[in-house]
Amino acid sequence: MPYSNKIILEAKGVSKYFGTITALEDVNLTIKEGECLGVVGDNGAGKSTFMKVLSGLYKPSKGALYFNGNRVVLESPRDSQNLGLEMVYQDLALAGNLPIGENIFLGREPTKKLGFLKLLDYKKIKEMSEAHLDKLKIHVKSADQKVEELSGGQRQAIAIARATAFNSKLVIMDEPTAALAIKEVGKVLDLINSLKKMGVSVIIISHRMDDIFAVCDRVMALFQGTNFAESELSKTSRDEVIGWIMGKK
Amino acid sequence: METKENKKQNFFLKTIPYFDKYGILLLLFLMITVLHFLQPEVFLSWRNVTNIFKQISWQSMLALGVFIVIVTAGIDLSVGSIMMLSLMVLAITSKAGAAWYIVIITPIIIGALCGMVNGLGITILRMPHPFIMTLGTLYIFRGTGNLISGGVPISGFTEEVRLLGNGRIDLTWLGLEESQYLPVSVVLIAVVFFLMWAFLNHTRTGKWIYAIGGNPNAARAAGINVNRILVIVYSLCGLLAGFGALILAGRADSGYPNAGLNAELDAIAACIIGGASFFGGRGTVLGVFVGVMIMGILRNGLNLMDVSSFWQQVLIGAIIVIAVYIDVLRKDLGTRH
Repeated sequence: MPYSNKIILEAKGVSKYFGTITALEDVNLTIKEGECLGVVGDNGAGKSTFMKVLSGLYKPSKGALYFNGNRVVLESPRDSQNLGLEMVYQDLALAGNLPIGENIFLGREPTKKLGFLKLLDYKKIKEMSEAHLDKLKIHVKSADQKVEELSGGQRQAIAIARATAFNSKLVIMDEPTAALAIKEVGKVLDLINSLKKMGVSVIIISHRMDDIFAVCDRVMALFQGTNFAESELSKTSRDEVIGWIMGKK
Repeated sequence: METKENKKQNFFLKTIPYFDKYGILLLLFLMITVLHFLQPEVFLSWRNVTNIFKQISWQSMLALGVFIVIVTAGIDLSVGSIMMLSLMVLAITSKAGAAWYIVIITPIIIGALCGMVNGLGITILRMPHPFIMTLGTLYIFRGTGNLISGGVPISGFTEEVRLLGNGRIDLTWLGLEESQYLPVSVVLIAVVFFLMWAFLNHTRTGKWIYAIGGNPNAARAAGINVNRILVIVYSLCGLLAGFGALILAGRADSGYPNAGLNAELDAIAACIIGGASFFGGRGTVLGVFVGVMIMGILRNGLNLMDVSSFWQQVLIGAIIVIAVYIDVLRKDLGTRH
């Protein structure tokens, strides 16, 4: 899969300590525009902590992040969102009682002015979300459908649509297929491929080798909070990657 | 080709959302029709209808306040006590000879402050559930109200203070008789309910209140300051209880220690009958209005027919259970698992 050589996000020497516990020690990462990077590792290897550092939820104890070559300090997820860096959480973070469109724009709803009042622009929410869903080839009956009426795969698709609705440059997905039925996994992987074609970079945390080998360009393994191994996908094999997860080279 | 069974199921699936939204209105119309036939002379007379509205006027304010709290999957048990404390402060300010506009504004400010105490307690003190915080303030606010008033009624307010609860809008210019006036409280109910509807459905803050009730984690991940919204919600609830105090002051012309006793339970009942869900994120302003009306009409109708108030309790209780059972059925049908 072709992608540019422009590095969009770089993490240098990131460490994270919780009291006396070392969750991450001197971890490095680079990802290029339109590239898909798989991050693997056993439970407790530090994958989720690392992703939370990248999305601004945790502040690193040591090390620095560079976005488009500039050093950035992320105080909150809002800061990373403003840079175009979005996270799709494992528990999806959707409000089931609200329609699809309102979930996509939750917290960033377009408004129209009526005198001094700012009122929600429902028409714009519906139009913009339907256009965005079309672009990603996500098919739902209507953007007015409530999220609780959708299947697990459709919900995952909406969560990804939500993460990409505001010109995001990089989307981090935590186990995007873990909770899905087998036939829905393919649809989500297709969706990740279409994001790459649009020039969006993707980081996927996954336990499933099938997913990693279906969409990723590169894979890196964390082991006990440190960089353990990294390779272009074409230059490695499933067995080797599984070995890395267990700490064997 | 569609089978008969499929068609039937499709029909149900299509009608459920409408039934969900307007089913409770059907119950209201049914009750009105039945009561009209049972009491054709009295029930729909101008006098009786305005009476019902006057009776539900302050209760509807409490119910609306509790409703927005329930939308966030919370609960406010202290609204009756907030109303009583606001009423007592109003009575004391009035007795002290303050100007009428100050007397009118105090219960509203006191109500909002009490609500803010609830909101801050739930968010800053991180109470495990709003039930506990507001159960505590249920006692604290009523006790405070009794402390400042000495536990005795304080009566006699000026015309301006009583306007909202007791005022009449003359309709003789429409060719109606003098007894056919419009109570000011009816207009107030309409205005407050409309404003709340507009706030919840057409502003970002209103949308976020529903989002918090649906999934607080989603709201947080979307960058919404959940704690700030919760403080706003509980303050608004208190403010509406303060409005209730102002209306009650007009109706009763007195601040009395038992004001609003058990009123929180009526308010919660009205919300639940009106389709608000304890799971949060569900319910409409129209539903709350209908819930309040159903309780008001039931009490009024049973009084007209001289049914014992013990039966009223039994019937209201039964309606709550049935309404919530419908909510359970709706949840089963409406969502996929």
